[in-house]
Amino acid sequence: MYAPFELDIPTTLDGALAALANGGGETVLPIAGGTNLIVDIRAKRERPDRMVGLGEVDELLGMEFGPERISIGGRTTVSDLLRSPEIAHEAPSLIEAARLFGGLMVRNTGTVAGNIASGSPAADLVPPLLTLDAELTLASASATRTLALDDYYLGYKQDARRPDELITRISWPRLPENSANTFYKLARRKGDAITVTGVAVTLSVADGTCSRARIALASVAPVVRRVKEAEAVLEGQALTPALIDEAAEAAASTCTPIDDIRASAGYRRHTVEALTRRLVTQAWDRLA
Amino acid sequence: MPETRTITLRINGREEEGRFPAHRTLLEALRHLGHMEVKCGCEKGDCGACAVLLDGMAVDSCLTLAWMAAGKEITTVSGLGDLDAPHPLQKAFADGGAAQCGYCIPGIIIAAKAIIDEHPEPSEDDIRLGLSGNLCRCTGYTKIFEAIADAADDMRAEGGAP
Ligand SMILES: Cc1cc2nc3c(=O)[nH]c(=O)nc-3n(C[C@H](O)[C@H](O)[C@H](O)COP(=O)(O)OP(=O)(O)OC[C@H]3O[C@@H](n4cnc5c(N)ncnc54)[C@H](O)[C@@H]3O)c2cc1C
Ligand code: FES
Ligand code: FES
Repeated sequence: MYAPFELDIPTTLDGALAALANGGGETVLPIAGGTNLIVDIRAKRERPDRMVGLGEVDELLGMEFGPERISIGGRTTVSDLLRSPEIAHEAPSLIEAARLFGGLMVRNTGTVAGNIASGSPAADLVPPLLTLDAELTLASASATRTLALDDYYLGYKQDARRPDELITRISWPRLPENSANTFYKLARRKGDAITVTGVAVTLSVADGTCSRARIALASVAPVVRRVKEAEAVLEGQALTPALIDEAAEAAASTCTPIDDIRASAGYRRHTVEALTRRLVTQAWDRLA
Repeated sequence: MPETRTITLRINGREEEGRFPAHRTLLEALRHLGHMEVKCGCEKGDCGACAVLLDGMAVDSCLTLAWMAAGKEITTVSGLGDLDAPHPLQKAFADGGAAQCGYCIPGIIIAAKAIIDEHPEPSEDDIRLGLSGNLCRCTGYTKIFEAIADAADDMRAEGGAP
């Protein structure tokens, strides 16, 4: 490793929050799996003076499946999601994203909270969580608040988390009856690849119309985001191919992709439209 | 200067002490302690050459801080078996000619052990997804996939080997 740093390894959440609160002008960062952070430190993108290891804080573990909400701890790993039959049942889009996430070792240590906090526009777990209306619990030594994931990202690698706050839980309401929840990761290969275009869709159907639509996109804007313009086309309607086309076009025209080594902006826009059309059509055909 | 700390690492069933600063990775610590069977490829989580088991779970030791591994059970490929008493995976790789230069193999065998622990009867998909964090420059993977399937068969036939 390159630049040295100090390391605290607290064993309680209070200990971790106290360690984050006592920055005193230093850069103090929490570290969970380290699958982003160690790489970033090595590449000199991050230069913490001190880190707070979360690996021994057991209060951040555990999933709860309540009658109304599902809630997972801030240290839940990608592999933990894959091992949970309840998550498979309640949030198939998350499982789809988790299956094709990194490699085995990265899935075993990389956490959901770390994926969110990394702020990457390609963070695979974020589109599914956005379409589930996920909410974050942010705790500091002085206060705890909840924030909709939809309000979390402010701009490229900028988020609403204060440096002394931890994401302690991630929760979302159970899906209504008759809902579909899917994710498609388009990448250059199936395993261990950064997403070229990621599309998550959650659709609920009641009385023959689309009662709720959520569409979120990864890797086609500075942050992972919902495309509310496309959702609005679908909600309250009995879907037809023409309406689905309209929504897919709205998704494509509101995203702001860039050219990079993995794909061109044009290809990304084209695949946003095709994948949105495909996922919404499949969901509607299954539910209606 | 940052603090250094003497930590005890439990490696392949033996306790070993070392004095390391906080930013030392487990990969660096293991090699410093002489465990050259743990390979260093990319040091950024891409290649899997550095994989070890930490309390039975496969991790990239290049992304793990040594201090955070203190007190946990660390297993390297040498801890699974040796020439005299090879693990079924090691035997299957040798018998099947699944290694060429061999650099990736310690990490691949660790990942394979984790795959078989979780899926005693792994499908091809289980093997492929389980190895998606391990790169091999030489073999083209086919013989590696076959060796893992063969080892899983052997382990089931033996009724749950180590
Ligand atoms: C080889 C490789 C493949 C990868 N593949 C994928 C992939 O397919 N898809 C994908 O989306 N990502 C991928 N990643 C990126 C990374 O693995 C994920 O973003 C992972 O979820 C990060 O979690 P972590 O626990 O390792 O975070 P860390 O590296 O520990 O931390 C990341 C950031 O989050 C902060 N943080 C961590 N925990 C908390 C918390 N509880 N509260 C507040 N802040 C916190 C840290 O301070 C840091 O800023 C890959 C990385 C590697 C090295
Ligand atoms: S050296 Fe650790 S993954 Fe390549
Ligand atoms: S055998 Fe040479 S890298 Fe795999």
